[in-house]
Amino acid sequence: MIEVDHLTKRYGSVKAIENITFGVEKGEILGFLGPNGAGKTTTMRILTCFLPATEGTARVAGFDVFDSPMDAKKHLGYLPENPPLYQELSVDSFLDFVAKIKGVDSRERRRRIEEVKDRVSIKEYSNTLIKNLSKGYKQRVGLAQALIHDPQVLILDEPTVGLDPNQIIEVRQLIKSLSGDHTIILSTHILPEVSMTCQRVVIISKGRIAAMDTPENLTRQLQGAERIYLEVKGPESTVKTRIKEIEGVLRVESTRLDGDEAYSFSVETELKQDVRSKVARKIVESGYDLLELRAMSMSLEEVFLQLTTKEEGVRGQ
Amino acid sequence: MKNVLAIFEKEMKSYFVSPIAYVVLTVFLVISGYFFYNILTIFMERSMFAAMQSQQFGGPPPSIDVPALVSRNFFGVLSTVILFMLPMITMATFADEKRRGTMELLMTSPITNLQVILGKFLGALAFFFLMLVPTLFYQVFILVYSSPRMAFGPIFSGYLGLLLLGGSLIALGIFISTLTENQIVAASVTFGAFLILWVIDLSARSGGTALQEILSYLSILNHFEDFSKGVIDTSSVVIYSSFIFLGLFLTFRSIESLRWRQ
Repeated sequence: MIEVDHLTKRYGSVKAIENITFGVEKGEILGFLGPNGAGKTTTMRILTCFLPATEGTARVAGFDVFDSPMDAKKHLGYLPENPPLYQELSVDSFLDFVAKIKGVDSRERRRRIEEVKDRVSIKEYSNTLIKNLSKGYKQRVGLAQALIHDPQVLILDEPTVGLDPNQIIEVRQLIKSLSGDHTIILSTHILPEVSMTCQRVVIISKGRIAAMDTPENLTRQLQGAERIYLEVKGPESTVKTRIKEIEGVLRVESTRLDGDEAYSFSVETELKQDVRSKVARKIVESGYDLLELRAMSMSLEEVFLQLTTKEEGVRGQ
Repeated sequence: MKNVLAIFEKEMKSYFVSPIAYVVLTVFLVISGYFFYNILTIFMERSMFAAMQSQQFGGPPPSIDVPALVSRNFFGVLSTVILFMLPMITMATFADEKRRGTMELLMTSPITNLQVILGKFLGALAFFFLMLVPTLFYQVFILVYSSPRMAFGPIFSGYLGLLLLGGSLIALGIFISTLTENQIVAASVTFGAFLILWVIDLSARSGGTALQEILSYLSILNHFEDFSKGVIDTSSVVIYSSFIFLGLFLTFRSIESLRWRQ
């Protein structure tokens, strides 16, 4: 349904995205995960024919976004990060306008408007001016706008940003209920959101794809590492090499602590390898003072941070 | 065509739910009413004074055509007042769409930029037309109370001229609105541009050198004078049409380039 092939976009000399390739099957929800400025919005804007790509091609519902943008646009609904709303119009007249410019047949228009209002449950606000709606309801009107012409492809840019927890849950459920009929790309920088709503995840960092897999596989792979934290009084480099000698240690990082000759070390180890006692013994045997030692479990957020900031951790597929 | 109409309708709706529309309409009515009253008084006094003089000194009756002079001068005033009013109609056209992010909606919908521009241009022109409708009352007032009955032609050509002049100014204003996200900036720059057109017109009138000759051909305000006198000059119509075309063409290019500049 969506094919993205070696997409690159440069702004002057800055590369916003580089060599991005992925595909989305019909009826699937793909999560687009990455920190702010990773290139999520740029990719989405290219897919919606809003921006031209520097290199590469993208096809939506079988239509090339650059060669036949009019056909591609007919088959996609887009909800930008800030929902594009005419604040001064009522919900009904706004949806009527969008239906017209999206090419909904005039006989179907009334019915479609009622349908999407039902779908996003904003029926009771039909005649309310959009500017008087709460943020959550504005977001729903934004979704209704994207759905009005029953597009095959839905592209949602951070649909839950700025909503309160209840609204977030409602919007997520709504999006989930839309899959099947629609192929959805959803961008977010919130990790749990992806595991809750998406069938497949693309993690994007600094314009490149860092990983691509199902949320379950990704977290399993990513959590295949454990970490311990320790503080030691002693020479930084020697302690580091000593710790690295221990079996099962993958990586050691150190930072200087305030005062004294103390350093803190973050040690990453293989899964199910408790190296705490070994590390403690080693430090003491080497004649240094062990000030603190504890195990750290990686939260999903940390995993995500690690992936997107270092890109080393794990590569899917 | 359907898409143009959709944009047009939305524009009209947006105008009439915002206070700006009512402010512009009211201020325009007040100013034009004030000037109409002033012009009428001045010319009536002048003609009465001339009639009294000719009675006292026994000369021939004065040949002051009061209705035609009032109508013509009133058109002149209207053509100046719209320089101040039109920036407020055009300032939001694209600047506001860009600020609110609705430009993204328009550009990701299966609708061409040309359709958007035409819809917006026609919307602004229709609003301008609605602005002019109440002033028709004054012109009809002169027409009805003139004796001998004044010709209808100049009134028709005057309004045609106003629409062409207004269309040209609107096209320029819409183009300027595409250059910024800020309505106030758009309005100020548009107003500045209109003032420059006005200065060009003034300097064209003040002499007869070759340069001024050229300027008077180019000055879109100058061409309006013919219309208020009841003359529909083809060259003036061509000048106005070209000006409108140029403005809309620049708007088109500016909107197209948005995609590449972002």
